[in-house]
Amino acid sequence: MNYVPHTAEDRKHMMETIGIGSLEELFKDIPKKFRLKRALKLPPPLSEQETLNLMQELASKNRIPAATLRGAGAYHHFIPAVVGHVISRSEFYTAYTPYQAEISQGILQAIYEYQSMVAGLTGMQVANASMYDGASALAEAAVLAAKTLGKSRIVMVRSVHPEYRQVVRTYSWANGYEVVETPFTGSGGLDRGALLDSVDDKTAAVLVQSPNFFGVIEDLAAVERDVHAKGAWLVAGFTEAVSLGLLKPGGEAGADIVAGEGQSFGNPLNFGGPYLGIFAATGKLLRKIPGRLAGATVDREGRRGFVLTLQTREQHIRREKATSNICSNEALCALAAGVYLASIGKNLRKLAWLNVQKAQYLRKKLSGLPGWGPAFSGPVFNEFAVRCPDPAAANARLERHGIVGGYEAGRHYPELSDVLIFCATEMVSKERMDRAAGILGKG
Amino acid sequence: MSKPSPDDRRYSREHEWAKDNGDGTITMGITDYAQEMLTDVVFVELPETGKKVKQMQVVAVVESVKSVSDVYSPVSGEVTEVNRILEERPEIVNQDAFGEGWLCRIRMDDPKELDSLMSSSRYEEFIKDLKH
Amino acid sequence: MELIFEKSRPGRSGAGIPESDVPAVPVEQCIDPKLLREDVDLPEVAEIDLVRHYTALSRRNFGVDAGFYPLGSCTMKYNPKVNEDAARLPGFTALHPYAPESFSQGSMRLMYELRRHLSEIFGMGDFALQPAAGAHGELTGVMVIKRHFEKKRERRTKILIPDAAHGTNPASGALCGFETVTVRTSADGGVDIGHLCELMTEETAGLMLTNPNTLGLFERNIEKVASVLHGKGGLLYCDGANANAFLGITRPGSLGFDLIQLNLHKTFSTPHGCGGPGSGPLGVARELVPYLPVPRVVKERTRYRWEYDAPDSVGRVRSFYGNFNVMVKALAYIRSLGPEGLRWTSEAAVLNANYVKAKLAPWYDLPYNRTCMHECVFSGTRQVRESGVHTSDIAKRLLDYGYHPPTIYFPLIVPEAIMIEPNETESRETLDAFCEAMISIAREAKEEPERVKSAPLTTPVRRMDEVKAAREPDVRWNPAGRGGRR
Repeated sequence: MNYVPHTAEDRKHMMETIGIGSLEELFKDIPKKFRLKRALKLPPPLSEQETLNLMQELASKNRIPAATLRGAGAYHHFIPAVVGHVISRSEFYTAYTPYQAEISQGILQAIYEYQSMVAGLTGMQVANASMYDGASALAEAAVLAAKTLGKSRIVMVRSVHPEYRQVVRTYSWANGYEVVETPFTGSGGLDRGALLDSVDDKTAAVLVQSPNFFGVIEDLAAVERDVHAKGAWLVAGFTEAVSLGLLKPGGEAGADIVAGEGQSFGNPLNFGGPYLGIFAATGKLLRKIPGRLAGATVDREGRRGFVLTLQTREQHIRREKATSNICSNEALCALAAGVYLASIGKNLRKLAWLNVQKAQYLRKKLSGLPGWGPAFSGPVFNEFAVRCPDPAAANARLERHGIVGGYEAGRHYPELSDVLIFCATEMVSKERMDRAAGILGKG
Repeated sequence: MSKPSPDDRRYSREHEWAKDNGDGTITMGITDYAQEMLTDVVFVELPETGKKVKQMQVVAVVESVKSVSDVYSPVSGEVTEVNRILEERPEIVNQDAFGEGWLCRIRMDDPKELDSLMSSSRYEEFIKDLKH
Repeated sequence: MELIFEKSRPGRSGAGIPESDVPAVPVEQCIDPKLLREDVDLPEVAEIDLVRHYTALSRRNFGVDAGFYPLGSCTMKYNPKVNEDAARLPGFTALHPYAPESFSQGSMRLMYELRRHLSEIFGMGDFALQPAAGAHGELTGVMVIKRHFEKKRERRTKILIPDAAHGTNPASGALCGFETVTVRTSADGGVDIGHLCELMTEETAGLMLTNPNTLGLFERNIEKVASVLHGKGGLLYCDGANANAFLGITRPGSLGFDLIQLNLHKTFSTPHGCGGPGSGPLGVARELVPYLPVPRVVKERTRYRWEYDAPDSVGRVRSFYGNFNVMVKALAYIRSLGPEGLRWTSEAAVLNANYVKAKLAPWYDLPYNRTCMHECVFSGTRQVRESGVHTSDIAKRLLDYGYHPPTIYFPLIVPEAIMIEPNETESRETLDAFCEAMISIAREAKEEPERVKSAPLTTPVRRMDEVKAAREPDVRWNPAGRGGRR
């Protein structure tokens, strides 16, 4: 299969127009000794039918879980049918970045609407058109703080998603920043005293995630004043965007930047990507935030329209002086999020409420098993940590029944080697939760 | 055509002007040629007052839709005042680069530094060469 | 057109939420009310309003399926539909990234095979699939360079970047703490070797070279470039944005490149979705493999498992494993084409670019008149001189002819640049019609310059006031009475 439409006659005509006798002549600038003299060692070409068969065969080697009781940065939520239908319109998915505003009003307006929804949900004044994912958005927030304030220390709580912390460490190492991690308490929330002790006058940003990796909701407002008093920025991270439907957002707690993962808004699990980095900030950072921004303006005839604006922030103009090198965003995922939020509307609150209900039920169920109990006392959204006698064995039992169990906290927290972090969204029925508890109870 | 460069001030090769206020301070801005090259100015990032700068160090940033230009301080010294109006109305830089579009005032460390800058006639020659 | 917010009516709703099947617990009992918010400010619309809204928006957008998209350096080729269907298979989409390995064997095998195929096509030791986009892969590449010299305990502070490079290159260099130093382009459009020799010292970590470069020209002196770099212990980085020019024809690994990032959404035909998601795999020579991000899939006999143990790795650059769904499309593409198909892809891409170049050469200036690779760069200076029509006017006029314009004003070293990348999937007839349009605009520029300058005349909106957009930023809907602007 190939997608080149040229006939032999086309090829001949085109070569004559160019004035060459063979295709080889087109590659004369590549020194002969570097030209590949053999065919690439790849499997032979496939027809469309064979290609699809092959991909179906690969997909069938995966096992679709009967229930997913795991979150940890990726959440199984229902996606209304309209989302898939809208993003499948090829006017959207086969377009490039909307540099030519006149023929890109569709996506520009959709991004403007997305920015507006995200700014509202995060309680911030501005939001960009999206970043790669939650982890890199959080890292970019740290870099922006350090570059803007001219400081070189990043403080983050250990209850931030372990992979997010790794990404922050990678970006910080590259930029030459120091990273300090502070502990959590028996509630599963941040240790306020230890956190504030770590913030010194070199500290650019304090990164807190809420709900955190253990599902515990952090009280950002309780640290905001002290963080700001020391001249640092407060960055509010999150991995479960649906929580924004019910919980007070970072913006209302006084955060300078809210950065997190938007996958929950209409994007499938997809084995980890593509996802959607949400990045929102206070108005004073408008001319500094990374990534693309759609802005409203008027055309020559005074009609409202949209353009990519404030591009001088970006690498293609500011080059080595840019605070970020980001170019592509996750526009189609942001479009999906916008359609999702428009579809679900104010019901987002009800959905968030339902997630709390499900998690409370499962938590109670599991905590009642012999030898099981809550690991932390803090309030939770749709994830929670439980102690149990043998996490690996418990998960193995669930897996035999096609259920993906809780995340094994011991992978990143040696002191929590007996802890599993479960998640219950609207996608798990009471019957499935009962069944999971039944399977675990028999052990 | 850019407006003629007034002869009551000195000019840098980076297209800044500096006017001696006679009280140990200068007022500075970008030249009319510079604003013309930049096209429509959409944002001016001004320094904090009290900021210490060295001669030919970046003191401000001027942005148009498609470009960003550093503005260099024509003298060493301390920023004593900035033209706050530009934060709301950056277009004044285009309209009146030599007057209302001034960027900041700087208390000079060494007034002799002004001698290292060009006179208006030399600056006019300088930009004439650039145009060729 | 109205915003979705302006179509909102209190009490209307699209998607409903199921009733709870578990005993209700008052939320205030489990969460301190001071942690709860009052309302969410989202539109309230019925499903039909929503569908009509986004359908109307889609009609104000232009994709490859709608027409020719010769956007230089963006490789906007046709996106085969079967790849989309493959990526939407529930077996791929429904899987949690932390699903047990026993649930994920198909996806892990897919990633393993894609990495192997990319390694063969580009002649590299291995690829990391984690970076989410080209610029992200580039950043990861510069991190690998930094780690390499850390490990060797060599202090290298500079990185070289040609003046024709994409802006992401200097930005990536600077974000890894390197001072970026610009290398000039010579009169024939390649790296100025004399200047390179002068700049390359033992304090220089490497050169980030786009090849073919942004002028669409292959670096003829690549052997010399590589020897200058390697002679001083530096690394040669290939920005693979233009890889569509040489698949199966030459391999960066053989040319002396130590690293390359790809843009799967360009070369391997995974559609770009209005600006993402992309995928930016990073390929490196064997000795740099230990520095790649973790985790990676390893194969043990017939099983695949995640390997996290890599003490020298730069770490992670994003969560999980990368943009998996984009990888599905890329693998489907590679398997459809096979070795001959990939090679013919590049041959046809280069043939098409040279065809357009030959047809337009009499009408537009060609600052570097050599055989080009997959794209050609013209300059609109003749039109500016003759009639005051600028490249931006020509681009806007093309919209009236039904085309997406080429990339303009890039590379920066070409005044009034017009960068055309026709791609292999476009037929001779499409190219002929596009060239006719370009020639017609060249004539119009002479005869009716005002017409060109006032273009576009037929699009849903006319030219936008970008100055207003930047001076008075309005980046979110904010009706009166709900807080101030911004």
